[in-house]
Amino acid sequence: MAPAAEMRSMEADLIARLRGGDEAAFSCLVHTYSASLKRVAIAFVPSDAVADEVVQDTWLAVLNGIDRFEGRSSVKTWIFRILTNRAKTRAIRERRTINFSELEDPLETDQPAVDPARFLPASHSTWPGHWASPPEHWSASAEDAVVGRETMEVLRRGLESLPPAQRVVVALRDVHGWPASDVCEVLGLSEANQRVLLHRGRSRLRGALEVYFAENA
Amino acid sequence: MNDDTRKEMACQELVEVITDYLEARLPEVDRGRFEAHLASCSACQEHLEQMRAVVRLTGRLTPQSLEPATVDSLLSAFRRWRDS
Repeated sequence: MAPAAEMRSMEADLIARLRGGDEAAFSCLVHTYSASLKRVAIAFVPSDAVADEVVQDTWLAVLNGIDRFEGRSSVKTWIFRILTNRAKTRAIRERRTINFSELEDPLETDQPAVDPARFLPASHSTWPGHWASPPEHWSASAEDAVVGRETMEVLRRGLESLPPAQRVVVALRDVHGWPASDVCEVLGLSEANQRVLLHRGRSRLRGALEVYFAENA
Repeated sequence: MNDDTRKEMACQELVEVITDYLEARLPEVDRGRFEAHLASCSACQEHLEQMRAVVRLTGRLTPQSLEPATVDSLLSAFRRWRDS
């Protein structure tokens, strides 16, 4: 079977088992999607605790709506649509100034990937726009096999301190391994805007690691 | 063909299109300029390698999920739903 057809048949099976009251099927769905659901929820609502509540509400809505699920979209798309609707409603109720305009228009603000001061000026006679202060080699400390817990902690903190729109895109793409198309669909982003957010987020993480390696060389 | 297509890519431009390059979304002509620049610039090679390292290392972070107690209460809710 082609992967897409195989996926569809697995999903149909899962839905049938869920409707039949199979707890293992529900538990499997919860374990597969709760972490990424929480990741999306936290982009909209003000706290971790509220994000947990939104995820819980979403699962209850999935159970109560399972008989109406018609399989026109994938189960994943359906579940995440329920989540984003709930998260947005909750954000309004919490009167959160939705800090999410970046999701709609990431090009609105200019955020260079690397501090412009590290390049020679455009007016430079021989090397305009070339590195004035090039990146230092990261050496062995960045080799995958020997990366320490502290480095991973720097990265984790860096990710959590990204602006919400960049944070959710980088997390879904790079932590959860989602394809770009799924991220665009769930967050309602154009492919180009998704890439801008991914680029800015990854660039900031590179900057955070660069500072860390420079201080701990 | 305008001037830009023939002009060498500067480092400052390269760092801004690196994600488009990694995502294979850079227009053909810019991909050529990108690769031509990269071939002769060790600083940009280092920068690209660092971006790739960021992606690989981020992939090793553990996703944060629900608390076990929350999952338990969801499973209880499931049983109530099933038995109702």
